[in-house]
Amino acid sequence: MEMVIAYTALAVAFMIGMGALGVGIGMGLLGGRFLEGAARQPELAPMLQTKMFIVVALLDAVAMIGVGIALLFAFANPFVDQLKNAMAPVAG
Amino acid sequence: MAADGGQGALTSSQYIAHHLQNLQVCKAETGEWVWNQCAGNPMALNVDSMFFSLLLGVVFIWSFGKAARKATSGVPGKLQAFVEIIVGFVDSIVKECFQGKSKLVAPLALTVFVWVFLMNLMDLIPVDWLPMAAARVGIPYLKVVPTTDVNVTFGMSLSVFALIIFYTVKTKGVGGFVREMTMQPIAPPTRGIGLIGAPFIIAFNLILETVALLAKPLSLSMRLFGNMFAGELIFILIALVGVWQLPLHFAWAIFHLLIVTLQAFIFMMLTIAYISLAVEEH
Repeated sequence: MEMVIAYTALAVAFMIGMGALGVGIGMGLLGGRFLEGAARQPELAPMLQTKMFIVVALLDAVAMIGVGIALLFAFANPFVDQLKNAMAPVAG
Repeated sequence: MAADGGQGALTSSQYIAHHLQNLQVCKAETGEWVWNQCAGNPMALNVDSMFFSLLLGVVFIWSFGKAARKATSGVPGKLQAFVEIIVGFVDSIVKECFQGKSKLVAPLALTVFVWVFLMNLMDLIPVDWLPMAAARVGIPYLKVVPTTDVNVTFGMSLSVFALIIFYTVKTKGVGGFVREMTMQPIAPPTRGIGLIGAPFIIAFNLILETVALLAKPLSLSMRLFGNMFAGELIFILIALVGVWQLPLHFAWAIFHLLIVTLQAFIFMMLTIAYISLAVEEH
């Protein structure tokens, strides 16, 4: 039982951390390219900013889906229920 | 916003769990309707999400309708100017992204944008206010942000999915729809010795295109849900901190305002983009 909870905690940390890592690198690259483009042609900056926000939101999505699933495991762990159901006939 | 809201000492996880629970009604095995004992019941109805989403929809339609009915071509009042800004903004985006002809897309985009924005905006109300007020009236659980409920976001994205399929079939016919799913991205050979490989290529295309088609509503709803759920959870966690929560709440609320607007905008953009993909001819 403790092993289930311990491994779930590790998994939650992994999910959130790796998602954040990937998104951080991606957004850094994106922001850098945007700044380069805006420095090269300042009159295009507003249009580029709109497109950049669109891509930011799309990148966020993947990280957020990971965070959502990780928080589900953190607060309503289905493995614990599964273990309880599996152990109940033995104990009862 | 204290951690023990007058109910004796609640533990942190009890407080969090209390704030993450919807007001549910469902039919128990005995056949009668019960409240809040619906864990695992697939036919449970989240009354609070339905109430707030319908309320905000009515607010949107009523205020925009009032501005439209009282619209003057002279100097506009404040409500009319505000509505004009939003409608003009959505109209410019639709004109830029959607190349087909449809009378539905622009009103759909406006509805999606303003409704999702209003629902997300409920997240900025301090976490404890409405649930405490409801607890005084006897309502035990209240989640005020409808978009933190997976059912609401999936409902919207499945409606958009139905519209995508409807527009694809309407523009290209059922044959065109099937052709789009089976003949892309690899064109199967239609004569000669390659005809043997055609069924495999069609099956491969079908798998790829089905996954891409199903990813659209799934990602649309999970993106909105994940962002809003994480934001609400951070608000709840900051509320547990004690007396230092006010500056943290303020800072997070300002950042969350950006996310709220951005997610509503992205939902609208993707709706327009998917319908425009469904309608375009090669």
